[in-house]
Amino acid sequence: MSKSTSTTIFRKVNIDEFDENNYQDEVVEADQVAVPAEEEIERLLNSKKNVDALQLLLRNAPITSKNQVDKDKAHQLVIRVLTMFKASEVGDAVNSLDSNSIDILMKYIYREFAAPSEKSASVCLTWHEKVYAVGGVGSIIRVLTDRKGV
Amino acid sequence: MEKHSFGLEPITCHAWNKNRTQVAVSANSQEVDIYEKKGTSWNKKYTLGEHTQRVTSIDWAANSNRIVTCGSDRNAYVWSLNGNDEWKPSLVILRINRAATCVRWSPKENKFAVGSGARLVSICYFEDDNDWWVSKHIKKPIRSTVTTLDWHPNNMLLACGSTDFKVRVFSAYVKDIETKPSSNTWGTKMPFGVCLKEFGGGGGWVHSVSFDKIGDRLAWCGHDSTLTVVNGASDFALGHCVMKTLPCLTLQWMGPSTIIAAGHDCELMRFRVDDKTKITFEGKVSVAQKKSAGTVSAMAMFKNLDKRATADDDSKKASVHQNSINQLFIHTGEKEAIAKLSSVGMDGQMVIWNQSSLEASLGNMKI
Repeated sequence: MSKSTSTTIFRKVNIDEFDENNYQDEVVEADQVAVPAEEEIERLLNSKKNVDALQLLLRNAPITSKNQVDKDKAHQLVIRVLTMFKASEVGDAVNSLDSNSIDILMKYIYREFAAPSEKSASVCLTWHEKVYAVGGVGSIIRVLTDRKGV
Repeated sequence: MEKHSFGLEPITCHAWNKNRTQVAVSANSQEVDIYEKKGTSWNKKYTLGEHTQRVTSIDWAANSNRIVTCGSDRNAYVWSLNGNDEWKPSLVILRINRAATCVRWSPKENKFAVGSGARLVSICYFEDDNDWWVSKHIKKPIRSTVTTLDWHPNNMLLACGSTDFKVRVFSAYVKDIETKPSSNTWGTKMPFGVCLKEFGGGGGWVHSVSFDKIGDRLAWCGHDSTLTVVNGASDFALGHCVMKTLPCLTLQWMGPSTIIAAGHDCELMRFRVDDKTKITFEGKVSVAQKKSAGTVSAMAMFKNLDKRATADDDSKKASVHQNSINQLFIHTGEKEAIAKLSSVGMDGQMVIWNQSSLEASLGNMKI
């Protein structure tokens, strides 16, 4: 006869792990992109080259990297750069980006939305409005679907 | 442009008979209804009810006048019309343990392919000895549900898109029923089931694949709102179009350099493919006829103010389809020379687009 048991630990076993046909995400070779150094970004910001700093960060976003520290660092830098813009400059800055950078910027904005700080929330909303105007809902869809997160 | 509504239920799939007098539709249920056109209205003529769960795909073989349907009940049936004007089903042994998702007759109509959630494609053909439909499996290297299929015009190759974000071209040459295929752009040796080409790297499920008329180019659209074309004739160069809209679910080759795609955006969109497989978005087809605001009566205005706290009734979308478009089907013409296109959607509507309405938003440009 089966014994009644109060243990529930077996319910937490992830049975999918034991299915050999289980789908696993493709292992992507991490590109050797070095996140731009903080000093470099600082230097660009000090010489009022905000747009250059943003482009540099978005071009070298560690999307294939597995190193969470790198990703966090890049994210912090992007948000720092975004907050440096005046609201009136945002539109021009967004227009200077290519479509790939627009998608990546949208990913950073949504990542910040997930855990906003007091200051960044309103800045990100301003950026979101402008990026959405260029990238459309398509770029939001790609934030949702893409496995290569920022 | 002709519009017809089959009710409120979303239409999952549809297929036409050869002379386009009848259309088989499935309204998100386990039944397939065949409607016949009488004057301007569509009358239900037959109901094909053999599936026990939702029908996911229908295809109607034009020349042999047979319908194949597949469904979530893991079965496929081939229906043929008998002497008493009745559609009779015959079960196909698919040997799958997950729902069948899509089915397509091969161009010569001697076999068909069924994609399924069991990470495989069943290639089915009729075995005379046993008097039934049997299937062979293409398994490797599909790693997720097969969502869409399209046959190459040579009757041997099959393109399939799946939820592992990949598009693959397989050989579906069945030794038992046909002669050895000659080599072509996609490969030289073609034993059954071999994966000749694999494309991917996009971020979304593949919703629709389509070969062009001669089968050198392959187009697909995915859930990451992109449309991609690979050109086998020019070293498999990839063209990629990143859309601003919601993802497309279905596409067709309208002309040699034009693709019409539609999906969650509820509107038909036209894309231009130039020789280098560069793809540009040309515009939306179904430009809307929104009611002008001036015609709202005082009565309607106050009614709306009362009900919705707004003066104008904005519940209707400006597009012709009021919800996602599930499938585009060639009504008149053939690939790259489409004169009429039919679309069905989640709003229960079927819309037949003629060439002039498809070209309308293009201005003076010809396809």
